[in-house]
Amino acid sequence: MPLLIVRRLALGIFTMWIVSLLVFASTEILPGDVAESILGKEAPDEQITAMRERLGLNDPAYLRYWNWLSGLFVGDLGVSLGSGREISELINDRIWNTVRLAAVTSIIAVPLAVTLGLVSAMRAGTVMDRSISIGTLCMMSLPEFFVATLLVFVFAVQLRWLPAVPNVRPDQSLWSSLTSIALPVMTLTFGVLAHMARMTRNAVINVLSSAYIEMALLKGVLNWRIILFHAFPNALSPIINVIALNLAYLVAGVVIVETAFGYPGLARLMVEAVGTRDIPLVQACGMIFCATYVLLNLFADVLSILSNPRLRTQK
Amino acid sequence: MSILIIMFWILVAVFAPALAPFDKADMVSFESFKLVEEASFLGTDYLGRDVLSRIIYGARMTLGMALIATLISFTTGIILGFAAAISPGWTDQILSRIVDAIMAFPSIMLALIIIGGVGTSLPVVILTVALIDATRVFRLSRALALDASVMDYVTVARVRGEGVNWIMFHEILPNTIAPLAAELGVRYTFAILFISSLSFLGLGVQPPGADWGVMVKENLQGLLYGSPAALIPAACIGSMSVAVNLLVDWFLHRSSTMIPEELMG
Repeated sequence: MPLLIVRRLALGIFTMWIVSLLVFASTEILPGDVAESILGKEAPDEQITAMRERLGLNDPAYLRYWNWLSGLFVGDLGVSLGSGREISELINDRIWNTVRLAAVTSIIAVPLAVTLGLVSAMRAGTVMDRSISIGTLCMMSLPEFFVATLLVFVFAVQLRWLPAVPNVRPDQSLWSSLTSIALPVMTLTFGVLAHMARMTRNAVINVLSSAYIEMALLKGVLNWRIILFHAFPNALSPIINVIALNLAYLVAGVVIVETAFGYPGLARLMVEAVGTRDIPLVQACGMIFCATYVLLNLFADVLSILSNPRLRTQK
Repeated sequence: MSILIIMFWILVAVFAPALAPFDKADMVSFESFKLVEEASFLGTDYLGRDVLSRIIYGARMTLGMALIATLISFTTGIILGFAAAISPGWTDQILSRIVDAIMAFPSIMLALIIIGGVGTSLPVVILTVALIDATRVFRLSRALALDASVMDYVTVARVRGEGVNWIMFHEILPNTIAPLAAELGVRYTFAILFISSLSFLGLGVQPPGADWGVMVKENLQGLLYGSPAALIPAACIGSMSVAVNLLVDWFLHRSSTMIPEELMG
């Protein structure tokens, strides 16, 4: 098993390297010179040349890539082109807001989705299963910003229960900081829940159709015992996978949700940076999101190797 | 039901200029966020433009762009996927590794990074969505073609001395058409959602162009004053994608075709 895990870790590092290469390439080598796009097309040539010099654009690409990559490791992310501030400082301001949003969402969404998936797997083929399935399908097809606008309209405008614009301050009490992010969390939960519930259902149904479950049924083992002690442990590894994949989906979900609610998180920082073509900032945020995504996937794979006895005994 | 909704939007998109009471950029009223008034059925938006007309033109923009992106992704995805499956060895290796690398990105990140690098314009948005879609189509069609290529009819065709093109389009394609058709629906909704999400972020269609995503973004503020102008285009996107997804779901149940869940989404 150690060999399997080591191999998976190595693959993860390799993936990260490829990702960093692509992030660098897509924003540096594609057409449209950075210096020109900062200064505008009408800028005099001397200014553009000076800007190129200042940004180090005259160095060959591999050298710039190396400087950028080694900077990433020591936390030196460079300077934002838009505001002139240190990027690490900008990110530090925002990142914990995003982490909090994602954490609260997962605490709510994961248990809910697994229960929903288990219920519809146990009642597979019934009206209840079918309606959960159609319900989650509809939830999946709705864009996050539709859910977001609808929630704002109902809860903030019509009922006036919750604030429409999250107001995040460090000196808030726990309760008021929770209510202020309630609507973004609800929106995110909505999207993640559907995917997770569907995939849990499929994983459990897969296990339920195997021979040892049939054996247990024939032996007369009680239904709930079958689900909890026979099926669930074996479905655990796919379910863990599903959860990690969906947390990874959160990475994408926050982009829309933070923009929709004007939430001061990392994703909104990145969207604004894309809008103003603040390329070093886009690269830094992009790397953080992609790294989280790759790491979560890696984590899921390692966990499912650990939870699978067949893989555990292999050398 | 879902077919009716889909047909409705297609007709609206095709006959947009004939249906819309005003042009998409005309200001019909000096009052922004006016609720229902006589002249304009759905009220006005933040600039006093007619929401109904913009929805109608927006249908054309959103559905049209998504259609182009999906068609590009299917042509390239299927051709490359089939080619990778029936000519194993280095072609397959190279193509599969490239696709793996692209899929290591969350799709929205990939789009943000590309648009951050190149700047936004309609072709860039369409090609980005097509690229993301094409990787998924590639995976699916490669898997399907691998299954099909060990079938007797492919062996017979090979023995008969048919070329690669013949095997791809006369042997494998007809036998994998059902799951691919279902995938077409799934990818089309993805394209609609993705393009309107980008527009919503302000990185897709630029004002004064009318696209459903842009309309949600523009009128978001109005929501706080109780104007539903942002809700209407969002509901349009929702209705279209729910309809297509339900149609696909129904089709899969009827034809009992299975697409592994991890290949969807």
